[in-house]
Amino acid sequence: MNRIDKCFAELKSRNQKALVCFLTCGDPDFATTEKLVEKIVESGADIVELGVPFSDPLADGPTIQASSFRALQAGATVRGVFETVRSIRQRCDAPIVLMTYFNPVQKYGLERFAKDAAHAGADGVIVTDLPVEEARDWKIAADSANIAAIFLLAPTSTKDRIASTAKIASGFIYCVSRTGVTGARNELPIDLKSLVDTIKNASDLPVVVGFGISKPEHVKQVTQYADGAVVGSALVSVVANASSKEEAVSRAGEFVKSLR
Amino acid sequence: MCEKLTTLPDASGHFGKFGGRYVPEILIPALDELIEAYAKYKDDKDFVSELDFYYREYVGRPTLLYHAEHLTEALGGAKIYLKREDLCHTGAHKLNNVMGQILLARRMGKPRIIAETGAGQHGVATATACALFGLKCFVYMGVEDMERQELNVFRMRLLGAEVIPVTSGTQTLKDATSEAIRDWVTNVNDTHYIIGSVVGPHPYPMMVRDFQSPIGRETRHQMLEKEGKLPEYLIACVGGGSNAMGMFYPFIKDESVKMIGVEAAGEGIDTDRHCATLSLGEPGVLHGSMSYLLQNEDGQVQLTHSISAGLDYPGVGPEHSHFKDTGRATYVNITDAEALDAFQLLSRTEGIIPALESAHAVAYTSKFAPTLGKNETVVICLSGRGDKDVHTVAKALGVSL
Repeated sequence: MNRIDKCFAELKSRNQKALVCFLTCGDPDFATTEKLVEKIVESGADIVELGVPFSDPLADGPTIQASSFRALQAGATVRGVFETVRSIRQRCDAPIVLMTYFNPVQKYGLERFAKDAAHAGADGVIVTDLPVEEARDWKIAADSANIAAIFLLAPTSTKDRIASTAKIASGFIYCVSRTGVTGARNELPIDLKSLVDTIKNASDLPVVVGFGISKPEHVKQVTQYADGAVVGSALVSVVANASSKEEAVSRAGEFVKSLR
Repeated sequence: MCEKLTTLPDASGHFGKFGGRYVPEILIPALDELIEAYAKYKDDKDFVSELDFYYREYVGRPTLLYHAEHLTEALGGAKIYLKREDLCHTGAHKLNNVMGQILLARRMGKPRIIAETGAGQHGVATATACALFGLKCFVYMGVEDMERQELNVFRMRLLGAEVIPVTSGTQTLKDATSEAIRDWVTNVNDTHYIIGSVVGPHPYPMMVRDFQSPIGRETRHQMLEKEGKLPEYLIACVGGGSNAMGMFYPFIKDESVKMIGVEAAGEGIDTDRHCATLSLGEPGVLHGSMSYLLQNEDGQVQLTHSISAGLDYPGVGPEHSHFKDTGRATYVNITDAEALDAFQLLSRTEGIIPALESAHAVAYTSKFAPTLGKNETVVICLSGRGDKDVHTVAKALGVSL
């Protein structure tokens, strides 16, 4: 059983839900990302999402845009992301999912990206701007490398699209809480539960909810009906606002602890 | 609305391997809605006649096809015609597309309009049409472009649009487009995004091409009338490539007509300050479609430069990529310095001040026409007028105004 399936199965047996935490890989640098990942896993993150920095992150709000920019300024590359995953994997068994835009993947080569990501120890890949219609070749590459092809569904997704996405998705389904880009919000939309229910009716995969989740209350609220909650921008802000790398690591740990 | 000349894009929005819809899931239903609306209205009698009415009575179509006798004489080669898109209302071809999209947005019941702009011409055209129809208009513009095109910023504000400064990334057209897409992702239910060029996810490259194709249709008709034959060459500048596509597309089946797209070489294609996407890029995905793209070995989009804000973009329309790969069109490039020379050449020989974008097409013609025979004809798409650029040109020539 792969790490993602195993993680959700174990959580289920303990009657718990997944806390998924997002960090931009390479912000402020790869060495700190390694320490951050270890720390947040130790503090209660069940699954780690690592953002592959991209120059034009059009689905991201200002927090993750700035974070991506810092990582690129610090010299982050796709190869560097894989190296970081490999290094984390030697000490940490939590599932790691890469979140990326399509261009770095296609430039690296679909098969090669899937294979190298899997060899490094990543368990899944989310390609933010790759809807199911364009994903045929990627799905083949991901399957043959034995890495989960994770897809996003949104409040605007129709029943047909939910069904066709459910058909090819693996790992889990990432349900976007609202229209908009990534970023912390004070309130979550009220009709989220019915969207999650619709997706769960169409798929046996776990459904996690992300976008706008920034507080313990949000995590609690979402995990009443979903299988997990993703915290991204709020955690990235904690890292960005720390006055030193050491402080970033300890603050990130405290923040993740507070979410459980 | 127009005769179907190709079977491309296919049903999924691809021109060969280019095009498609590489966007976040959130936007797919909005694109589906747009595809459906466009399919429904593009041949609808009322829609077509309303669009024709505004083209004629408001935009000022058909535009003139002008025999540039003095330029022809000065260059000493092929006979040169100018397709005068600079005479369109708002000073460029941009309003052709905006008018089509705004009539569509009205039928789709979208009260809020957003747009991106580089040189400001598309922003002005969008602000103009929104003023005409009483729609709320928000234009995203990079801070660097706002500085070099301050006149257009003021024009947009006069027209009642809100100009939203974009401070992310390179602060030019690329980031203005990303920011407009982020707005659309957020406000997708009541908002129509009027993309200004033949770029973006399907159906935009096809739809914008169709709305710009009066340029080529009229040219074809006017050439047959004036010369009794089709032109040998069509020359147009290419940033995203909408004026070029509008000119080229209606000639796509006329094999004798050669098409040349002119990109901006900035400070030279041997420097890293250019935006010659088709000349130097590799296939990639930016802003929703697969096309040639200026990118580094890690798939990060490269910084670009051109003296012309409207060409300063690292991507290009997917159908141009298809034309390049199939050889239907060829793509060349022109430096800032050559464009500046052409800007002055056309001003002095014909009394027509071209936009810096269009000056790239004039510049290539000034190199190319002398190599042709006097019995050959060249049509330059003069996509816009140069009033907006006089400050930039003065500065480049060391003149203080």
